[in-house]
Amino acid sequence: MTVDNTVTPPSAPIAAACATCPMYNGAQLTRLGINMTDWDYVVALAGNPNTGKSTVFNALTGLRQHTGNWPGKTVVRAEGGFLYGDKRYKLVDLPGTYSLLSTSADEEVARDFILFGQPSVTVVIVDATRLERNLNLVLQVLEITDRVVVGLNLMDEAKRHGLQVDERRLARDLGVPVVPMAARQGEGIQALLKAIDEVARGMYATRPRRIHHRDPQLESAVAQLVRQIEFAFPGLPNARWVALRLLDGDESIERAVRDGTLGQLTQTLTPQPAPTIRLELEAVN
Amino acid sequence: MAINTDQLLDSARRLRAEIGGDVHDRLTASIYAEAEQIADRAVTQSGQRSRFDFDRTLDRILTSRRWGFPAMFVLLLGVFWLTIAGANIPSQILSTLLLDWGYTWLHQGATLLNAPTWLSGLLIDGVYMATAWVVAVMLPPMAIFFPLFTLLEDFGYLPRVAFNLDRLFHRAGAHGKQALSMVMGYGCNAAGVVATRIIESPRERLIAIITNNFSICNGRWPTLILMGTIFIGATAPPFLASFVAAGSVVAVAILGIVVTLLVSAFLSRTWLKGETSTFSLELPPYRPPRVWQTIYTSIIDRTLIVLWRAVTMAAPAGAVIWLSSNIYIGDMSIAGHMVSLLNPLGLLIGLNGVILFAYIVAIPANEIVVPTILMLTMTLGANLAGAQPGVMLELDDAQVYTVLTQLGGWTMLTAVNLMLFSLLHNPCSTTILTIWNETQNRKWTMVATLLPLGLAFLVTFTTASVARLLGWA
Repeated sequence: MTVDNTVTPPSAPIAAACATCPMYNGAQLTRLGINMTDWDYVVALAGNPNTGKSTVFNALTGLRQHTGNWPGKTVVRAEGGFLYGDKRYKLVDLPGTYSLLSTSADEEVARDFILFGQPSVTVVIVDATRLERNLNLVLQVLEITDRVVVGLNLMDEAKRHGLQVDERRLARDLGVPVVPMAARQGEGIQALLKAIDEVARGMYATRPRRIHHRDPQLESAVAQLVRQIEFAFPGLPNARWVALRLLDGDESIERAVRDGTLGQLTQTLTPQPAPTIRLELEAVN
Repeated sequence: MAINTDQLLDSARRLRAEIGGDVHDRLTASIYAEAEQIADRAVTQSGQRSRFDFDRTLDRILTSRRWGFPAMFVLLLGVFWLTIAGANIPSQILSTLLLDWGYTWLHQGATLLNAPTWLSGLLIDGVYMATAWVVAVMLPPMAIFFPLFTLLEDFGYLPRVAFNLDRLFHRAGAHGKQALSMVMGYGCNAAGVVATRIIESPRERLIAIITNNFSICNGRWPTLILMGTIFIGATAPPFLASFVAAGSVVAVAILGIVVTLLVSAFLSRTWLKGETSTFSLELPPYRPPRVWQTIYTSIIDRTLIVLWRAVTMAAPAGAVIWLSSNIYIGDMSIAGHMVSLLNPLGLLIGLNGVILFAYIVAIPANEIVVPTILMLTMTLGANLAGAQPGVMLELDDAQVYTVLTQLGGWTMLTAVNLMLFSLLHNPCSTTILTIWNETQNRKWTMVATLLPLGLAFLVTFTTASVARLLGWA
């Protein structure tokens, strides 16, 4: 596990010597609190309840959102900003949820933001001591967006319970960066920043794991529907997920299809993935 | 390009019917299977587990059927005892500084500047006094209570409270998560009402919203702590006084939980009938609380923010109180008219006109109830007693007691009923507004406002009648 709990940047003469070193940039966090106009990237902070999202939020923004050791503390989203390198980031702390499938108000806040807010990066904070249950949410987030960083938090507690979590194996299986952390002790914050930055700039090409439904009937229905969705909303980044939601009879997604909210997602799309999708569509046509 | 969205939704519906109705279960099942597979590969459990499992041992006590509630009682008692015993001395220092010295200095300054009497009266006797009282009465207990409460929260105790209460909420036909929004309400009811968003079923959420009022909020703790200290604690021998005082505050808090359960049961059997949902609550591990950080954030986030809110409310309230007691209509001030109008009703329920008037002034914030009562009792009471207004300024607890009993004519019944009224009465205007925002429904907002108020009148009327019948008051 990497331990890097130094946040203070080196003093001026050292800084001059270090400017070319990649490690130096790791120390360049400026907390902006709520002063966040003209941000370059939007980062969403998701995760199961009580995994330390608010602790990470506070560590990055310098804000002091009330943290508490109990699930369900954050029900509305909190926003703050930080400066990393020369880029300004807006960080949005979402309510903790176990899933994005059911329909309680807090889960809808989280899902709508990841879907319609189109964050540049979605950070999913997971509890290393309860990895399996936390991965349910990670997999669902990966269905909606490619740009994900997993913060593997509470590594200190996992160690206390005699658990070893292989973060590299996990990163390979999920196809996105996985950063081991102990946020309460400030460990892993630097590595998390670096991963966020790399994914936001497109320097880390994620290859997200998509859930495989070993169910030919379901998969062929999905395939049919995906074709229709991509035809109706060309350039939609997560047609497969929308198809699954429609098959599940998700009323809020049906509404988004009907009133055109979903259609707007195709216009504000970030430039990188668009060309490949267009090519695929041409092939379909 | 022209594929109709209706067409799309139609074919989704058709495909769903073809697959059969269990899409949701199939999706969930494959997500779980996938998660299990990935987790299995990534996690290895080393052979030697710590022999002594601290969490489980502690949970066996704190969430046990037999010891769960006694443990909760002892922990709450401890928190309030520390608050009451610890707040005593700083409270005295603050009242000497702000109420005795500060007030005198300001008046001397005003005389030097030849300020007109009405101006110095409005600003010093009204605005300054109300704010100074709020600070002196509220700051010390809050600066002790909030960090202690936050430490318990940081440690992971609150979900255990929810766990203990879950069974009772179920029996009341409410959602177990209501215990969590209720606990949130102990900080602020508006926050508690927002916290009910974690409850999926609209029926159970409404119950949680309406009953959140019975969680004693920041603004009401000081009233209870003061009444508990100067009236109830004072009946015990000195070495027991702070224990008895803390016990009385805990008793009111527990009564609040009982009322929450009773009202929930009533609502779920009358206007809000329906099925009770099940849910699973995860008990987080106990974590060693980060003491300094907790003290720092709870002082900044909770204590100072709550205090600031109280001060901003108290300043205009002070002006209103001063004006209403110095503008005369006929031979009585406006406050005098109001108080004598409300007095019969107040006395009927074991309170008095001053207290009811204070609760009207304090609709925006419960924090200013006690200062308002004190100021009105002194101005109006002094007139009754034929003394000059504003004579008694160095108000420590003993003197507050003297003012209330001698000028205000308070008895033990008044103090007990004030505690009950404070627990039960209508939510503050911020909370009412939040309820409206969350429900978007006029009827339920009215119910959430008037049901507690009606209950407050009913309960205090009953206790007053019983006390009078038995010859206690």
